[in-house]
Amino acid sequence: MRGFLLHRLFQSAVLLVIVSLIGFATLSLMPGGPMAQYGLDPGMTQDDLARLKQQLGLDRPLWVQYFDWAWRLLQGDWGKSFRDGSAVLSVIGRHIFATLLLMGTSTVIAIALGSWIGIRGATHRHSVFDYLATIGAMIALSIPTFWFGLIGIYFFTLKLGWLPAGNMYTIGDGSVLDYAHHLIMPSVVLSLVHVAIWSRYMRTATLDAISQDFVKTARAKGASERRVLMKHVVGNALLPMIALAGVQLPSILTGALVTETVFTWPGMGRLFLDSLSYSDYPVVMGLLIFSAIIVILGNLIADIVIAFVDPRIRLA
Amino acid sequence: MTKPIDTKAGWSRRDAMRLAAIGGLGLAAPNLLGRPAFGQTPPQKPAGRVVVGMSQEPTVLNPLMVKIEVDDGVHFSLFDALFRVDPKGVIQPNLAREVPSQQNGGISQDGLQWRVKLRDNVRWHDGKPFTAEDVKFTLELIVNPKFRSWRTLGHALVRDITIVSPTEIQWRMEQPFAPYLSFLTETFIVPKHAFDGEADVNNAAFNRAPIGTGAFKFGKRVAGDHVELVANPDYFGEGPYLERLIFKYIPDSTVLYTQLKSGDIDMIGQQYIPANYFEEAKKLPSLAVEKVLRSNIESIYFNLDRPQFKELVVRQAIYTAIDRKSIIDALYYGMPAPTETFMPKQSAYYNPNLPVQEFDLKKAAKMLEDAGWKKGPDGIRAKDGVKLSFANSTTAGDQLREQLQQFVKQSLAEIGVEMKISNLPAAVIWGDFWQQSQFDTAIVGITFLIGADPDVTNRFSSKAIPAKGGRGSNNAQYVNPEVDALLEQGTRTFDPEARRPIYNKIQELVRRDLPFMPIYQTEAGYGRKKKIQGFQANPNTRTESWDAAHWYWMS
Repeated sequence: MRGFLLHRLFQSAVLLVIVSLIGFATLSLMPGGPMAQYGLDPGMTQDDLARLKQQLGLDRPLWVQYFDWAWRLLQGDWGKSFRDGSAVLSVIGRHIFATLLLMGTSTVIAIALGSWIGIRGATHRHSVFDYLATIGAMIALSIPTFWFGLIGIYFFTLKLGWLPAGNMYTIGDGSVLDYAHHLIMPSVVLSLVHVAIWSRYMRTATLDAISQDFVKTARAKGASERRVLMKHVVGNALLPMIALAGVQLPSILTGALVTETVFTWPGMGRLFLDSLSYSDYPVVMGLLIFSAIIVILGNLIADIVIAFVDPRIRLA
Repeated sequence: MTKPIDTKAGWSRRDAMRLAAIGGLGLAAPNLLGRPAFGQTPPQKPAGRVVVGMSQEPTVLNPLMVKIEVDDGVHFSLFDALFRVDPKGVIQPNLAREVPSQQNGGISQDGLQWRVKLRDNVRWHDGKPFTAEDVKFTLELIVNPKFRSWRTLGHALVRDITIVSPTEIQWRMEQPFAPYLSFLTETFIVPKHAFDGEADVNNAAFNRAPIGTGAFKFGKRVAGDHVELVANPDYFGEGPYLERLIFKYIPDSTVLYTQLKSGDIDMIGQQYIPANYFEEAKKLPSLAVEKVLRSNIESIYFNLDRPQFKELVVRQAIYTAIDRKSIIDALYYGMPAPTETFMPKQSAYYNPNLPVQEFDLKKAAKMLEDAGWKKGPDGIRAKDGVKLSFANSTTAGDQLREQLQQFVKQSLAEIGVEMKISNLPAAVIWGDFWQQSQFDTAIVGITFLIGADPDVTNRFSSKAIPAKGGRGSNNAQYVNPEVDALLEQGTRTFDPEARRPIYNKIQELVRRDLPFMPIYQTEAGYGRKKKIQGFQANPNTRTESWDAAHWYWMS
């Protein structure tokens, strides 16, 4: 186990360096840069732009900028946002709650509903339910979230007046009920796609497990159908799902670009999009590194959990 | 990214219920003029709150730091400048007691000595008195080389700032520069004491919790969501009548409009009502909707260095071949009005007597024919070996402009002029390609004025051509000695009445010479709940929230 962890740690460090290098290079190659937004401001002279560039340290050679940034990061200094001057970690901190709330809720919905649909679809193969679930999943996967969101707002806000047209809370209210009210539409819209994904995977995994010999054995030794399903089939079918959860976990923290935009949700996805469009390099780089760490952690946790639940796998 | 949804079905149930409720109480049913019958007097004490939605997030709270348009609403509400420009384009005193001029002795006859008298009844939000020290500190901070300041134009000419008394300040200008008065309307004064002991002005605590003199005090900022301001009961001017003023960030413009419709926001800011929803919004009973001029002029720029465009008649013929009315009706829902000049119509210096372009393909063809531009075997006109063929560039992916190009291309093909379309990504085209005049023609939306001052030296002076080593944005490479002389004269003339004929003449010359073809002046669809009173649009500022001190809710 210790060897495994050390090995993974080393791998992760190499990965982080590669991610940061690629991120830094891509950002800097992107034409325009942080000065572009001021370029059409009639009162900003070329001298003003040159001065700002120098003040932000963007006039230095690229590799100097990179090593300066990386050296500070190693010392725990993630830099400061070009936009509002706040420390990058505090910028991330101010957006992470919104994302956790939205993604957490929708992931719980997705896992619960998706697993149920998947298992039922597999045990009642070729039933009407199975066909409807398959068609439903295809529709949910192929229709853009953006469109779903707007349709939702159109019906539930403009036509029916039941739900707010986005935002995380009413300014000046902010009670738990108010949050819950605002959470309904975005979390349902967002979970649609995830339910579809989860149900498809779960169905396949369950089908896989059902046809295994140990299921026949269990049935042969007289275990009840319920026990067979819950203990032998689902237990085994969950193994690949843990790996999937490991891959999906990071998105709980990195957010959903589209849903957060449509529903005016001040989360990480939108922060990333905004920082990118303002060329707020320190925040973009901070988010990249942050996401990379979460992805690495997510996979690590999945590996460890699988090793614990699956006796066939040993970490070495 | 946005997909319009069909919302033509009329009011929402919520709107209908709201209106029924109002009608049932027998209060304030809108009359024929759309103005409420009651509730015209502001409340005694600040009451209620207004949420202004905007599609970009205000993040810069220090009004002197480099910022974008959307930050202005917050700054106008938190701070005051020495002067303020009114909706008619006239400069009014704000923190100053009067606007200095050569007549009242505030500005010396040679334009070099400035003296400004300040109000003596102004306090900062933390209770400390406002004095000339703060003005001096502000003007010095802007040109502090370590400070990440916004525009330094004009400020860089200020020398020898002297405090005469707590309510009087004077300085010397390196050269006479009349536009500076107008620049000072956008220069918000910050408190000196807030920066005492701050080692790094770029990271001062003030930048996150600003202290101003304005009608509203800083409340809090929820990053990525909103900025909340609260009433300043000790404001020296009229108002405020609202208890809270909130600037809410709603990134998608369709959703922004939807939230105005649903009543989640009370007023729509930056990016305003999308043109395709404007007609619908006008019909909504709960909203007051109006078109407001912006300073941006959508135009087609010529690169006058290209041999095709050297002859004036060619530019005139091309201009005559552009069907502006059809373009505006078809692409922009008839919203903006065509214009003939770079000067925005709301400016006190707008020249309304310029010749009006008339679309006439036959006339355009005849102009070229008469000038010796004859059609070749390929149907394209040429003269002395120069073919009347050129490229037109704009931001790739800008759908409206791409359609505009198709319109123009087809019209021009009919008179034997070939226009090729060659678009580039935003970040590429507005870099060297535009700045160093590497285009043939380009479609661009330009704000010609800095602040509300009519000076356009930066755009039309022969010394402002970057492609020829100049400093400025004369990207058309326009050279006219007469314009040069007038521009020079204009920046040295302080009296608005004396300046008017100068800028009228400049507009006349530029209209004749056509370094660019004006298509239209941008108009924004402002919208707010009808019950908000005291609102006044000011096209001479960049924000709808320049005067929130006067807003109040109809009781």
